[in-house]
Amino acid sequence: MTTTHEAVPGGGPKRSVTRRRRPLTFDRASFMVVFLGLPLVIFVVFVVSPFVQALYYSLTDWSGFSAGQNFVGFDNYVRLFHDDIFLKAVRNNVLLAIVVPIVTIVLALTLATLVTIGGSGTGTVRGLRNSGFYRIVSFFPYVIPAIVIGLIWAQVFTPGSGILDALLTKIGLEQFENYAWLGDARTAMPASMFVMIWGFVGFYMVLFIAAIRGIEPEVFEAARIDGAGRFRSAVSITVPLIRDNVQTAYIYLGIAALDAFVYMQALNPGGGPQNSTLVMPQQLFTTAFTKGQFGYSTAMGVILAAVTMLFALLVFTVNALTGGRERKVKGRR
Amino acid sequence: MTTTAADRSDAVAGSRAPGQRAREGRGVATTAHIALILWSLLVILPLVWTLLSSFKTSQEVLGNPLSLPSALRFENYANAWTTAGIGRYFLNTVIVVGSALVLVMILGAMCAYVLARFTFPGNRLIYYSMLAGLTFPVFLAIVPLFFVLKNLALLNTLPGLIITYVAFALPFTVFFLHSFFKALPGEIYEAAQIDGAGEWRTFFSVMLPMAKPGMASVAIFNFLGLWNQFLLPVALNTDSKNYVLSQGMASFASQAGYAVDFGALFAAVVITVAPVLVVYIIFQRQLQVSVTAGGVK
Repeated sequence: MTTTHEAVPGGGPKRSVTRRRRPLTFDRASFMVVFLGLPLVIFVVFVVSPFVQALYYSLTDWSGFSAGQNFVGFDNYVRLFHDDIFLKAVRNNVLLAIVVPIVTIVLALTLATLVTIGGSGTGTVRGLRNSGFYRIVSFFPYVIPAIVIGLIWAQVFTPGSGILDALLTKIGLEQFENYAWLGDARTAMPASMFVMIWGFVGFYMVLFIAAIRGIEPEVFEAARIDGAGRFRSAVSITVPLIRDNVQTAYIYLGIAALDAFVYMQALNPGGGPQNSTLVMPQQLFTTAFTKGQFGYSTAMGVILAAVTMLFALLVFTVNALTGGRERKVKGRR
Repeated sequence: MTTTAADRSDAVAGSRAPGQRAREGRGVATTAHIALILWSLLVILPLVWTLLSSFKTSQEVLGNPLSLPSALRFENYANAWTTAGIGRYFLNTVIVVGSALVLVMILGAMCAYVLARFTFPGNRLIYYSMLAGLTFPVFLAIVPLFFVLKNLALLNTLPGLIITYVAFALPFTVFFLHSFFKALPGEIYEAAQIDGAGEWRTFFSVMLPMAKPGMASVAIFNFLGLWNQFLLPVALNTDSKNYVLSQGMASFASQAGYAVDFGALFAAVVITVAPVLVVYIIFQRQLQVSVTAGGVK
């Protein structure tokens, strides 16, 4: 992204920035204090310091407002690895981080491809007519607060009053007359995943549409002339050329899936039947603010952060191992 | 990868008959339309159903979810607004999100400007620690944050929530605006200095106006992010009269269980969704441009 302005000959804001030392006047001093100092103080007090404190608290047995805290080393972590409920939450989170990004990206890519190269016509590859409508509608969920998305779907899934069972019964599937989608351990997780995917697809579809539009049309034309059909073009041209965007999307989506707090709180605040939809953040929240076990819950936070970092690292590694770099260079030409 | 005009025309001549290709193209277009219409229906139907249900009585909602409302019961909206407190939560949200947005845009722009255009020891360190702040999950910080606010006597207050929103939206804002300020030509700064403008004046009268497109994009992003915020208010703002919309909605839906006034619940959802949806439809082009500009980075 930054390559464009570096290439401008002789240009370069960098040079003029470092040119000379300016005298320290009141104007300059007050400027630095307010412009840099003020935001930094807020950032350090409310973001940096809590993160740093968390690392320390996770090594203590701090259990309440009045009680003191003892340094217990890694006891909390040892305890976590024997905590069946937390381990269940970790497994649920990992499952979410695998399934939700894959399904979302495949769906978003398919829809984006249909919009950009699904148009009819003989010569050039064309976008679909009236695609603006689909783009606007698909993007709706992005502007709806996640909690509201969860609440709407919780109502849709409710047995008896929800629209899903009513529709399924209407088309002859009587067995779903009073089926509790979120109340059955077999379907609670898939149903929750569906809601998250529903919320994400439109946003990534818009991102991918922009990325595909950024590919030179000649590339598609050349492929078509060589006899590649639309499907072939999508698989062999679009996907490799927007690989970076897919990787970014995968990381964002994975992080969102490792969180999932809002959706799960709306769909099944208690963690679902047999903890089938319980996620780490929910368990952390209850441990901290309901049970008051602050040391133990911050240890959960550290694990969550570690899993998140590990996930991002994994995505980068896989992408690099499968040849992400070379293709990127070729794609950028 | 580059094709010259010559090979292009050759290849076209040698390819399949144009008629066949056109027919195939139409088939693909029809399939594409069908797939996209199905997805659009999947998006719209739950929303339409919510709208219809918001006019029903609880009995109608529970009895027959597919039926149309027997009458347009606007009293559901009145109930949601007053009895369920949605009106109050709405006002709180406007105050909190509005103030946080203004503050984070000003502070973020100032910080990004200094980091992008001045060299001083620690510049990189500050920038990278802000990037790190973007990647760490908020959940890790939430317990200590609770006590930070408690010690500052800001817990359960709107100003406390505002400043926390600002702090957590700051890294993204700085990160995004950094490249905008970096790209501004240095000659403009020098011209302003020669004309006698001080640092403050240069920023507010010259640099800030030039970063307007970037500011607009970040503002939209931040607005949606802050309006959506759920974890911070739920953990740090537990006094029910200070609730913001998202947490108010959650508590309304959960507290009453099966005794909940379903019509009012759906009405509350509509009240929450409608304003953003209207704003979105008006500004959708701008919003999608911002999202693509910000998201691809």
